[in-house]
Amino acid sequence: MASRSFLQWPVVRQLSTGDLLGRGPAVTSAKTKAITPRTATADRVVQSVCPYCAVGCGQRVYVKDEKVVQIEGDPDSPISRGRLCPKGSASEQLVNSPGRQTKVLYRAPRSTEWEHLDLATAVDMVADRFIETRRRTWQQEDEQGRLLRRTMGIASLGGATLDNEENYLIKKLFTAAGAVQTENQARI
Amino acid sequence: MANADCIIIQGSNMAECHPVGYQWVAEAKARGAKVIHIDPRFTRTSAVSDKHIPIRAGSDVVLLGALINYVITNDLWFKEYVGAYTNAATLVHDDYRDAEDLGGLFSGFDPEKGAYDSSSWSYAEEEGGTIGEPSGPEHGADAGARAAGDLFGSGGPALEHAEVQRDDTLQDPRTVFQIVKRHYARYTPEMVENMCGIKAADFEYLARAITENSGRERTTCFAYAVGWTQHSLGAQFIRAAAILQLLLGNVGRPGSGIMALRGHASIQGSTDIPTLFNLLPGYLPMPSAGRHDTLQEYLDANASKQQKGFWADADAYTISLLKAWWGDAATAENNWAFDYLPRLTGAHGTYETVMSMLRDEVEGYFLLGQNPAVGSAHGRMQRLGMSHLKWLVVRDLNMIESATWWKDGPEIESGELRTEDIETEVFFLPAATHVEKAGSFTQTQRLLQWRHQAVAPPGECQSELQFFYELGQRIRAKLAGSDDDRDRPLLDLTWDYPTDEHGDPDPEAVLAEINGRHLDGPDAGKPLSTYTEMRADGSTSGGCWIYTGVYADGVNHAANRKPGREQGPAAPEWGWAWPANRRILYNRASADPSGKPWSERKKYIWWDEEQRRWVGDDVPDFPVDLAPGSKPDPALGGPAALSGDDPFIMQADGKGWLFAPKGLVDGPLPTHYEAQESPVANGLYPQQQSPARLVFPRKDNLSAPSAGTRGADVYPFVFTTYRLTEHHTAGGMSRWLPYLSELQPEMFCEVSPELAAERGLEPYGWATIISPRSAIEAKVLVTDRMRPLAVGGHTVHQIGLPYHWGVGNNAVVSGDAANDLLGVTLDPNVQIQESKVASCDIRPGRRPRGEELLALVAEYQARAGVTIETGNRAITDPEAEGIAPGPSGDASAGDGPQT
Repeated sequence: MASRSFLQWPVVRQLSTGDLLGRGPAVTSAKTKAITPRTATADRVVQSVCPYCAVGCGQRVYVKDEKVVQIEGDPDSPISRGRLCPKGSASEQLVNSPGRQTKVLYRAPRSTEWEHLDLATAVDMVADRFIETRRRTWQQEDEQGRLLRRTMGIASLGGATLDNEENYLIKKLFTAAGAVQTENQARI
Repeated sequence: MANADCIIIQGSNMAECHPVGYQWVAEAKARGAKVIHIDPRFTRTSAVSDKHIPIRAGSDVVLLGALINYVITNDLWFKEYVGAYTNAATLVHDDYRDAEDLGGLFSGFDPEKGAYDSSSWSYAEEEGGTIGEPSGPEHGADAGARAAGDLFGSGGPALEHAEVQRDDTLQDPRTVFQIVKRHYARYTPEMVENMCGIKAADFEYLARAITENSGRERTTCFAYAVGWTQHSLGAQFIRAAAILQLLLGNVGRPGSGIMALRGHASIQGSTDIPTLFNLLPGYLPMPSAGRHDTLQEYLDANASKQQKGFWADADAYTISLLKAWWGDAATAENNWAFDYLPRLTGAHGTYETVMSMLRDEVEGYFLLGQNPAVGSAHGRMQRLGMSHLKWLVVRDLNMIESATWWKDGPEIESGELRTEDIETEVFFLPAATHVEKAGSFTQTQRLLQWRHQAVAPPGECQSELQFFYELGQRIRAKLAGSDDDRDRPLLDLTWDYPTDEHGDPDPEAVLAEINGRHLDGPDAGKPLSTYTEMRADGSTSGGCWIYTGVYADGVNHAANRKPGREQGPAAPEWGWAWPANRRILYNRASADPSGKPWSERKKYIWWDEEQRRWVGDDVPDFPVDLAPGSKPDPALGGPAALSGDDPFIMQADGKGWLFAPKGLVDGPLPTHYEAQESPVANGLYPQQQSPARLVFPRKDNLSAPSAGTRGADVYPFVFTTYRLTEHHTAGGMSRWLPYLSELQPEMFCEVSPELAAERGLEPYGWATIISPRSAIEAKVLVTDRMRPLAVGGHTVHQIGLPYHWGVGNNAVVSGDAANDLLGVTLDPNVQIQESKVASCDIRPGRRPRGEELLALVAEYQARAGVTIETGNRAITDPEAEGIAPGPSGDASAGDGPQT
């Protein structure tokens, strides 16, 4: 171990750097000095909104090499003034979580396991089932001859975590298809 | 909220569940505001409040009713405000009978249907008539089935006309004011002590804090969350607060109002543009067979041209929506394609849907960022329902329990289901996160904020926008050429949005459609600037009238981002709030009847005599040039009929409703009833539960016996469910994150030291909690934060259960789901379940596994003698149920109701 010179004594460093409380440059290691924050080296910063509760805190999303590297509070937001709660602060991990599913999976009737399907096939299969169920469960009129024009065989649940534009397309498509049982967390 | 002088947080743990929003409460407190937290649990909200007042879960109407009584009895109501801006002076028809006169029922109860005919609650008309609904009365059973209460998200119920009878002296016994006064006369501090477990001194502190901080110079604000909504009379909890706030002049002014703290990023948006069975965008109803068979019937029922305010133009909003969806195929000849809309025939809410799954009536189910296997009441019913599906599509970020119940759900463990027998096909389609797509969220103050896309979604992940656009395209392609009439609405649908190189549709194009545009004339193609430009003649389109203006001049105003520090407190250039970018609704009430601010301190919007306009710090929520003294003939109808002192421009009479002659199916005034399951008897009325609540008497949905009934002591404790800061609802966005899982790793229950001693529960040991539906296990947290309450001479123990965990093998952390304990009993106005209060037992140790779990639940059911009838009568029958009314909750105590 190299002997320490007098100049490396902590108290001298504190006095010489002006870091009197010893919480800044006086105690910064060489390793720490070499680190730059991810926010400083990002290629771009994108304004966003926290996806958890309905306060609507502003977020700044830091992107490098087309990957999200950090998400922080947006100080411009008059709602949140730069703050985020534990969930909002963890939302980078929501994007990059190792457990996140990025592949389409399919479980056949009576099967004990998932299998992979490609996306286009899966969407096509869902469209076929949608049309088939709709045909099979169609109700044109009630017993008094009043128009119903609907299916009670298709339902959905979800929307409160989604965008207005997404809710709009869901409601529009399902209503046109006659699938009235469209619901979300607002009922709960 | 930062402008409030007193903030009452009740039914919410704001500091933990909306922590960043709480900074505004903290700011108000730093300026000297008083903050009071009323909650069954002492939480971190309590810790940073001036005072925590523990309350028995479900007794809030007793407390709020007593505050109303206090304000009236002590003559503390805001006379000028109440007289001019509320319906206090309006006369109600002679036929009305109050719950005080009929043992807890209002006039018009139909025991056969378990619902009210509300005609006798109507306003009186000259010559003895009543002011009904424009298309005739609707029975409460029918209104409840279509959750008609949801229709009032942007305005009040329709009336035939607004020519009401008034007694401005408020002395006529038929005035709303006198009716309210009589209704709450028995809601006393003693009743609060007996029913809520709140001491008289604490009540006095609360009442003084609120009333001393209300009036011309000061304002009080309430904040609530699902602690108020998830009850069998949840809408009435909020109504009770609304009555109190109107009496004190705390609506439409800075630092006033009732703040709904909603729990999902765009749950407000998904109510405005509703993925809800009973609504069309902008709180227009989905048509019901028999009530809305033709377009004319539909328009007549929604609003009368003779009523006051902007709802009178609902025909323009409706036809603009139909034009947005069906474009050129919507013509005057086909009634703007009104018959392309499917019809309701009753209740088709999510709980009804699950029960119809069990009857094999539902084949396909989409789950879109929601995890009902964990997050909905009665998890077992949810999972068993899904096992009856032919196909299930789960779209989520993570492999949630609702996607894996067929291999690792609790029913696989208990042996009720066997993977190899389950026929359901399951598609898991990975979704894009909030940074992988652009679009708008609407937050809890109606503010739309645009998110820009940061990166492309990974792998096969897709936005819902792209998935549904493609699904629609495929369905339409497969049906192309069909001559089947049922396929016309799909084939004629406007479904053509510009896409990027990945096939992702442009969300701004969707927003522009929602905003609406001119279709004819010199402005054809131009975006609408405001909903008042909408016409009922097919010359305008617009997908959600209340959002019109968000894309005015072709600019995406949801993306407005002028930093808050460069603007005034209303920050109008950050995002866009519906309607018309107004930040405080009904803000004309911030000025007195003559148009002057009530005080310099609470100045917000006022009449500028020189300019002859309303001016101030916000967009006036009033016709901008309507002078304060204007008194047009109410017979004119619509916005033209509004008087200069009608601030409630979306109400059919322009007034804030203390008494609701229309719109609620379970009573015109909030009235205390006990929860579906309660160890306490109703001390106010012989009627135990809300007579109009929606019950589902089924073998798989048994209820615990209530106070005084045989078997009530088998489930002697109250439990209430709640959220933690570190998790989000059913965990789909939090239990898969290592950071958050580490912060809150496992399911626990909060119990008081007294209850722990009584039941032998060890700190950090295991406990089993048993309800008539299920039994779950949790780690024991013994804490003074849970306080036993003395209610009518009895001790009521309450148990707190966070509901974030679920049983599965994929999340970082898993555990038993609190919602498995809940049954399904719903509020009849909105079809929301009662999940904030229910009965249970608790004992030390882990729960049994496999079939033994079912045996334990059955053993409790047998011991309590519960049947499908238990707790499910509409009108309480003391003979049958063995209930002796009395605050003691004990049939033998016999101290009777306090009258």
